[in-house]
Parts: sequence; structure tokens; C-alpha cells
Amino acid sequence: MNENWIQVGRVEDIPRQGARIIKTSTGDIALFRTVDDEIFALRDQCPHQGGPLSQGIVHGKKVACPLHDWKIALDTGLAVAPDIGCAARYPVRVADGVVSLALTPKSSAGST
Amino acid sequence: MEKMKLVLVGNGMAGMRTLEELLRAAPDLYDITVFGDEPQPNYNRIMLSPVLAGEQTIEQIILNPRDWYAERGITLYTGKRIVKIDRKRRTVTADDGTAADYDRLLLATGSKPFVLPVPGANLAGVVGFRDIADVAAMIAAAGQYQNAVVIGGGLLGLEAANGLKLRGMDVSVVHIGDWLLDRQLDEPAARLLQQNLEAKGLKFLLQKQTQEIIGEQRVQSVRFKDGSEIPADLVVMAVGIRPNTQLAESAGLHCNRGIVVNDTLQTYDPRIYAVGECVSHRGIAYGLVAPLFEQARVCANHLAEHGVARYQGSMTSTKLKVTGIDLFSAGNFMGGEGLEEIVFQDVGRGAYKKLVLKDDQLAGAVLYGDTLDGAWYFELMREHTDVSDFRDRLLFGRSHLGDSGHGDEKSRIMALPDKAEICGCNGVCKGDIIKAIREHKLFTLDEVRAHTKASASCGSCTGLVETILAATAGGDYSVAPSKKPLCGCTEYSHDEIRDAIRQNNLKTLPDVLRFMNWKTPDGCAKCRPALNYYLLCAWPTEYQDDAQSRYINERAHGNIQKDGSFSVVPRMWGGLTNPKELRAIADVAEKFKVAEVKVTGAQRIDLFGVNKADLPALWKDLSAAGFVSGHAYGKATRTVKTCVGSQWCRFGTQDSTGLGVKLEKMAWGSWMPHKFKLAVSGCPRNCAEATIKDFGVVCVDSGYELHVGGNGGIKVRVTDLLTKVESEAQVLEFCAAFIQFYREQAHYLERTAPWVERIGLAHIKAKVVEDAANRRTLAERFAISQKPAQVDPWKERAGGEQKHEFTPLVALA
Repeated sequence: MNENWIQVGRVEDIPRQGARIIKTSTGDIALFRTVDDEIFALRDQCPHQGGPLSQGIVHGKKVACPLHDWKIALDTGLAVAPDIGCAARYPVRVADGVVSLALTPKSSAGST
Repeated sequence: MEKMKLVLVGNGMAGMRTLEELLRAAPDLYDITVFGDEPQPNYNRIMLSPVLAGEQTIEQIILNPRDWYAERGITLYTGKRIVKIDRKRRTVTADDGTAADYDRLLLATGSKPFVLPVPGANLAGVVGFRDIADVAAMIAAAGQYQNAVVIGGGLLGLEAANGLKLRGMDVSVVHIGDWLLDRQLDEPAARLLQQNLEAKGLKFLLQKQTQEIIGEQRVQSVRFKDGSEIPADLVVMAVGIRPNTQLAESAGLHCNRGIVVNDTLQTYDPRIYAVGECVSHRGIAYGLVAPLFEQARVCANHLAEHGVARYQGSMTSTKLKVTGIDLFSAGNFMGGEGLEEIVFQDVGRGAYKKLVLKDDQLAGAVLYGDTLDGAWYFELMREHTDVSDFRDRLLFGRSHLGDSGHGDEKSRIMALPDKAEICGCNGVCKGDIIKAIREHKLFTLDEVRAHTKASASCGSCTGLVETILAATAGGDYSVAPSKKPLCGCTEYSHDEIRDAIRQNNLKTLPDVLRFMNWKTPDGCAKCRPALNYYLLCAWPTEYQDDAQSRYINERAHGNIQKDGSFSVVPRMWGGLTNPKELRAIADVAEKFKVAEVKVTGAQRIDLFGVNKADLPALWKDLSAAGFVSGHAYGKATRTVKTCVGSQWCRFGTQDSTGLGVKLEKMAWGSWMPHKFKLAVSGCPRNCAEATIKDFGVVCVDSGYELHVGGNGGIKVRVTDLLTKVESEAQVLEFCAAFIQFYREQAHYLERTAPWVERIGLAHIKAKVVEDAANRRTLAERFAISQKPAQVDPWKERAGGEQKHEFTPLVALA
């Protein structure tokens, strides 16, 4: 794959069970860190009404949107049933504690 | 590895519900085989009455079509009755010889109609009312014959009679008791019911004992003990049901009016579980769906090898599924020694209510005609609420239930058009709810909330949604678990968790999750904020707050708005301000390009549209001008609203503004189960609206009235008078004690209004007013917890704390 990886910071810069924002020219990306130190990146917009997912409560591999409490799966970007919707995902990799991100969204079913 | 084998005997609602719960909890644990003796896959047995009445079709009441089984790899045998369990070899065998091995066996064999042991009971034309075959026989008879006799004036009998009447038959109901539904209703309510049913054309023969059913091959008439006789082409036996324990007994399992199970739904053979109507749990066999589904949930938990759930019995209520007739009964509704009754009767309107009280608690209820408050009465019974303080109003129901102009009668709700809006918060119409219930086979209020969001926000339409659910899915969905778990991550209730935290010295969130066997690795968005609060309340001087378990508003110390910006409310003590403060606010508003400045309902100034990244700098300026956080964003003590009082007002009796400032200085900064509002009015004209606050003071010439449990929100609730005191010092002490009692007792996200209704004002008075020593201890505990709490979070963050919360990780642009 010819993705361009950009180093954005270290794992410990993101609070565990929390998120940080990455500003880009096309809008914010939310970078999440789970309780097990897994890192995920989603467009910082809930598929429901655009709420900033980075501000939600992270639990397991999900985040609860702060506006209307939709649950979004961090690994797929999909809303947890019975809600239906999808937030765009971005590829993330971690090497030696450094988090890198690619700005091309992954294609996923139902992505908009 | 080879999977374990699970065999379900009984393809009905309880057994299948258990499988559904099991598949959710442990989808790959078992190879599953299901045996059912009926030819259909699992259907909603409760809805046989509407099918008989022609209001629904059999297709509409199928719950799990054959595809459902196939998609999940479940082997389904329909029309095969298991006749033998070999517990040594662990196999079951059906009447046609089909056999299956098991590692775990689940018996859900249901119940059988009781057939009166009278001559002629086996004639053609004599049926029970239990399954689709019975209904088909009744519908066929209705097309051919005229006279139907239903033996039994209970729920099932009346529903059968109603259905046959609607199908054009001439129906007589024979009942041995003095009045109809004598196990569900008292006599006055039963008389009203009888009148209504007679108006529909049904005939009743009470105090009649059947002696013989007469006929050659097909039934021709029914003869009674008193010698009288009536013609009959169809006889429906609906005198009761008996747990179907034949198979279990033949296998040597201990049965006593049901297959005897323990609190984990296990029979005397540890490999064999049983759920549903065939079961006897602590001596009770349940016949309603809500307790059976609760059994299913617990049983699935154990089959999934989670091993934490317990079934501890249910309290049940009754509703009749005859369109146009509303009745509700629960508990001990007959009254008797040591019990008191409150009765309301309006024969002209066909309304009757009886409440039975025991020791200031509600012990039972019968409602006829208007049953919307049934759920509330049921809740009061379940919670053992002390009702002595609202006993005079109890009979009139929860007046704020079903507001938003929907009216108050169930029949009216069901008569509403599909377009009628039920849930104003989420814009959900009646048709949406019915469609979701039908399409997704929903059975519980929680499921309806998850799918439609109806009643999921403010909850004021809960009664309406329950009514629609009951009418669409069946009759008795008032779920009454013996306790309610905090969330899906645990089996434990709020109270159990709080007790465990204190008793076992649990001092961190991970400690609680570990100690209490949480089902999820790190909880969910519902339990984590609750646990964080409970820990903070229990260990005010030690607990290290967990920011990631707080909702964003409390993490960022502002109110998130729909566009992701925040609003900021500086604290103005008692609602007082001055030119210097106002100037500082104006400067901040201009400097940070605040989009809108608004005066709030609580007499404070709100600055809207602030970027999150600007918050610390904005707070720094406010802090320099002497402001602290107004906590307008938190589950916390909010503001104290005041009127001007005796200093200026010609009617003022006391210095309400000054007292408001003192109260706010005492109470600010405290984290609470929910938001907590205060007010002080200088005279009974009550300009500060103190009687719709969580804690309100109304000054009078001789002192101060203290009011609690008010709410001006979704459900307007006027406060209850806690007591009257004479000095400001007393106001402060009583207020501190009340706040602390609420902090320690209420469930997280429970406002004072529902809390006061749940535990009863009398209980609060006993702890806060009558017991002076306890009051002082509570007030002291509040003072201790306030020391670490009264640190301004804005100033801390303006000084650089929690910087990561307010700054992007990186800006790529």
C-alpha cells in the first residue's frame, strides 16, 4: 500500500480510555486509546448528528457520542445496533510507542 | 474442540428466550437442538387471544421463523414430543424415535390446561385454550355452530369467550366462584367488568358447578350440579393450567407442583435446567411472561458459564387482553386483617380503584377503567415506598404521568392514529413504536427504547409506551425483577454496589470492577460515571477522581453544545453581581468572540459558542476578576436563586438574598447524584420559585420553611415541606444534612423528586428532622467532603492542569 504515514505523537500523549484530536485541513480526526492501549482513529463526527466523538466516554472498543449517546465501534467505525451509521476510519500503526496515522480513510461498508 | 451439546425440550417462549439470551452471551459454546411438540416454530402464546378474536393472524405472532433456527445452526424438530430422558446416557428420545445426546438439558415443557374430571370431557367439541391447534378448533367451530360454553371465568376463559363472541357465537361463561376473575379482582371491580362484558353480549352463569358434558360423539349440552342444563356445540375448558411435569417426573427429577429448581434454575440433576411455566421456584409456579423472561435471563447466564445471576422470584401483576376493557391488579388486593383500604368508585363512568395499604406501604391494587397508573402503583409496591406523606393523593395517581396532552386512558392511546407523537423528546410516533415491536419482536420497555428511542430521554411517556407495548406484544410486560442491575455490565443493583464499596473498602474503579465481577473489561458509559461518583462520595478525602469516567461536561467544566462548542456560566453568589463583575464578563465576551450572551433561568449569565481550546484562557480572565466555576454543567450543586428579600422588598420577611449567598458558599462545588438546585424566597409570594427546587427555603415572619424534592423540568413536581426552622444557622445545617443524605442514598442520575417519591418523605424526615444527632453527623460529613471539593476547577485549568483535554495532539494543515 502506498499510504503516507505521519507521526502524530506518543501513545502516552493520549489519555487511557480517552482521545485526542488531530486537526487537518479537511476536519478533525479523533485518536482513541482503549484501556488495553490499543489505538484507533475515526473522523471526529458521529454518523448521527455530527457530534464530536473525541469528547465521548471510551469503554471497551467503543465510544459513546456525547450528544445523543450513540455507541460507535472504534475498530469498524460502525454504530452499535440498533443504531445504523458509520464514521470513517483511518489507518493507525504504533511502533516503539510512536503513533502514526494515514490520512486516507479505510473503505468500510456503509462509509460515507 | 468439540462443542458441548445443549438440548431444549419445549419450543415455547420461555425456552426460546433462554436460547436467545444464551446466544447473545456465548454464541459458540453449544451445539443446540430444539424439540417442540407443536408443528409451528416458536410463537407468542400470549397473543392467541387476539388471534382468536380475529385481531391478529398466526403469521403475525410467530416469534422465531424456521430461518431463524437455520441461520444459527440450531437443529429444530417440530411436532416431536420427547417421551424419555435417559439421565445416565444423557439422551432424550422423541415419540417417533428421534434421539439426541446432551451435555446440558433445558426443560421448558410449559403447562397443560386442567381438564375437569367430569363425564363427557373427552367428547368432540371439548377443547382447552392453550395452543394454535385449540385456537384453530375454536375458529372452525365458530364457522359451523352457534352455542359456545366456556367453563372458567378467569383471564383465559374471558379472553376465549370474548374471541368466540366476536366470531359470532352465542357465548355463556360458567364460573364456580361468586364473581369473575376472583383471583385477580375484588367483587366491585368484577361486577363492573361483568356489566361491560354483558353489554358486549356475553352471558354469565356464576356459582355453577359443571356435573356432566352431554353428547353422543360431539358435545350437545352441559349439565350443572343444580340440575339445570344449557345447549353447547363447543365447550372450552379454561379452569386453570397445571405445570407439565410428566416428562421430568418420569426421569425421576424432583417435582412438586412444578419441576423444582434453585435460584440458578437448575433442577436436582445439575446437568438439567428448567425454565417457564413448568417450573416451581421457591414454591411458586409463574404463568406470566415477565417473570419467565427473567428466569430465562438468569438461566442463560449459567448455561453461558458466567455463573453470577440469581433468580429471586418476581412480583406479578395482571392485565386482561380484551379490547376496550382496562383492568389491572397486583399484590394483595382483597385486604383483610391489619390492612387498610382506599377506594374510589364512579359507577357512571365505569371506573373503580382500590388500594390496599399495610404499615404505610402499598400492598395491593385493583384498577378498573383507568389503568394507566398501574405501573406506578406496581413500582411503589416493589420499592416498598413509605406512602404516608402522600396517602391523601395516592388514589389519584401520578398526576404528571402521561403529560404532553395525551390524555389519560389506555383506550384513548390505542385509539390514537399511527401518526400521533408519543415521545416528544425524540419525535417518535405511535406507528413507529408498533412497527418496531412487530418487526424486531420486542418484549420489554428497554428493547423498545433501544430501537425507537421512545421514552429513552425524559421518560415522561413511559406509561404510554408501556401501554402500546402491552397492547401490541401481549398483556403483562410490567417487568418486575426483584432488583434492577445498574447496567448491562453487572448483575448488581445501585444499592448493592454502594454497600460493597463501603463495606469492602473498595477505593478505585478497577477495584470495584474486579471485586464485583464486572462482565466488561472497563465498564460502559452508564456505569463508569456512576461508580466514579459512588467512590467519590464514599471516600471524599482519598478518592482520586477518574476524569475518563466523567461525561464530557464535567471533564471540560463547560456545557457541550450541538456544534461541539462550549458554554460558560460564571458563579454569581446568590444571584448578586456588580459593575466590576459585569465589566469583566463583557470584556471576556468580546475578547473571545462569544457568540451569544444569555441570562439563564437560574439568574446567571451564560456565554455561548466558546471553542474548547479557548476555555483555559477565558477562565484565567474570569478567575482574575474573582469568578469561580458556576458548575452549570455538572451533576453538582448548581446555583441558589433568590429574591431581593427584606433588604429592599416591602413584603420581605427575611434577608433571602443574604441567606442565598450563605447557602451557595456552603454548597458550591459538591458533586451530586444529579444536578441539585436551590432557591430562597423572602416571603410566601415565592418570587424565587423555591417550591420547584431540590431544596427551597420560603421565609416567613416567624422563620424559614424548608421544602425538598421539587422539580420544574419535564415532570413539574412541587416540593414537600420538610420542616420549619427558626434561624439561618438551622437552615444551613438542615440543608447540609439533606444534601448529604441525598448524596449517600440516591441512585446516580436520580433527581431528588423521584428519590423522595421512591424512599418516602417520612423516611427523610426521620433521618434529617427528627434525629438531631444524625442530622449533625450528616452535616459534618458534608463539610468534610466539601473541603477537597471547593477548589475552583477553572482556576486549576487556567493554570495548566489537564492541558491535554484542551489542546489538539497535533495540527496537520
